[in-house]
Amino acid sequence: MEPMLKAQDVHFRYDPERPDYAVDGVSLEVKRGEFVAVLGGNGSGKSTLAKHFNAILLPETGTVLVEGIDTRTEEKLYDIRQKAGMVFQNPDNQIVATIVEEDVAFALENLGVPSEQIRTRVDEAMQMTGIYEFREKAPYKLSGGQKQRVAIAGVIAMRPDCLILDEATAMLDPRGRAAVMQTIHSLRAAGITIVSITHYMEEAAQADRVLVMSRGRIVMEGTPEEVFSQTERVKRYRLDVPQAAELRDELAAAGLPMPANVITPEACAKALYDLLR
Amino acid sequence: MLRDITIGQHFPGNSVLHRCDPRLKLVGTIAYIIVLFVASNPLGIALSLALLALLYTVAKIPYRLILKSLKPIVPIIVFTAVLNLFFITGEGEPLVRLWIFSIYEEGVSYAVLMAVRVVALIAGTSLLTYTTSPIVLTDAIESLLRPLQKLHFPVHELAMMMTIALRFIPTLIEETEKIMNAQKARGAKLDNGKFSERIRALIPILIPLFISAFRRADELAMAMECRCYHGGEGRTRLKVLHFGKLDVQCALALTVLLGIILSTTLLF
Repeated sequence: MEPMLKAQDVHFRYDPERPDYAVDGVSLEVKRGEFVAVLGGNGSGKSTLAKHFNAILLPETGTVLVEGIDTRTEEKLYDIRQKAGMVFQNPDNQIVATIVEEDVAFALENLGVPSEQIRTRVDEAMQMTGIYEFREKAPYKLSGGQKQRVAIAGVIAMRPDCLILDEATAMLDPRGRAAVMQTIHSLRAAGITIVSITHYMEEAAQADRVLVMSRGRIVMEGTPEEVFSQTERVKRYRLDVPQAAELRDELAAAGLPMPANVITPEACAKALYDLLR
Repeated sequence: MLRDITIGQHFPGNSVLHRCDPRLKLVGTIAYIIVLFVASNPLGIALSLALLALLYTVAKIPYRLILKSLKPIVPIIVFTAVLNLFFITGEGEPLVRLWIFSIYEEGVSYAVLMAVRVVALIAGTSLLTYTTSPIVLTDAIESLLRPLQKLHFPVHELAMMMTIALRFIPTLIEETEKIMNAQKARGAKLDNGKFSERIRALIPILIPLFISAFRRADELAMAMECRCYHGGEGRTRLKVLHFGKLDVQCALALTVLLGIILSTTLLF
């Protein structure tokens, strides 16, 4: 089956006159229905890479395919953007309209969907993201987490196959972040592929696969268990590991037998329970 | 302080006036303004006021809101009234003589009429914004200006700009407050000092505000592109304006009432 997203040896630099590449030879595949987290310090090229997946940026060399369509195909631009929806960091800078439901409808209005269909798809998107009760409110009256879910609904209304989140939880308070993460999980359960660029290790621990980027390259790749069991290496890329993995390392260093795949609070609690019994 | 600024205050409701097609309300308001200036005789003005009172009653908008909307223009009303009072010369004997000024009967009546007319004008246009949400009003403007598209007038772009401006007013107000607090925390004196000092103190507020506004614009443009925005061509709408039976009835009623007011010019 065709992978959802495919990057082949992608190179990109913002300034063609300087030799430093923001994305420096990245190849990766994201399967349909997968939840991939991309980690990396500031300036590691992770956001730049994300912007390649819906043709906001085009690679200098190499190709990016969205369901087999090359992002350079100009006449398929709106198909690509509809398939791979993108949500950014600051919800305030993504909301266009003064009423929640009008904003959710924005993409569909642009695509020329008939009014009756817009209504049903907007309602559907608002229910999926849990913002239906705010549909007639003004966005500035909502909390950060609610606003970000409005932004997600605006993308979900296009019925994308893939959702790319570019640090979508970075500006939110813990409660807003939890609500957005819950929404992301329910979208994933509905079959949408998720690519999440994030700073939060706890979020990455919930993914199927974790990629670590540094200086424009993918330097680590694997399941969250595989990546976060290599604490030293992760820290070398100026990243943290989830708190549970940190605790596991401390305990292992103190000579207690801890399994290496402990990275979530639940798994950690269970390991400790088994240890103490 | 900044939060008190509201542009186009909207009072949600479910009256006939609220449910009316916004295009009709917009055209009706313009017609009302024209009638106010054409039928400027005492009877015409009195009837215009009566119509206004009727509309406010129908819309269930409290009258005290009229006073609130008039507040900022009271100085202008007083100023024009005083000017009219002193500078209109009549044929008969002046009522009062004050130094080089003299007040005539015509001056008094004209000043009063003029003031009442401005009050009616403001109250009439306020009624439009009270009963129509800004976004619906924008839709109405876009729809009414659509014929101009043939002359390559950027109707959709204009409506989009209005929508985004409305959307960002609260966001930018919040941002301004944040920057002001940040500068105050660094010892900026914004509330006291000489006028020129206070003006100068605004510079460190405006520069970050502008920079952040440009950054926001950049991000918004990208987010809009991600949602397939490509101008007004082939665009559909979630809510389509519909000129229904109620609107026809309202339009007819308004035409008749404005016609009656206009006919008073024949009497004078």
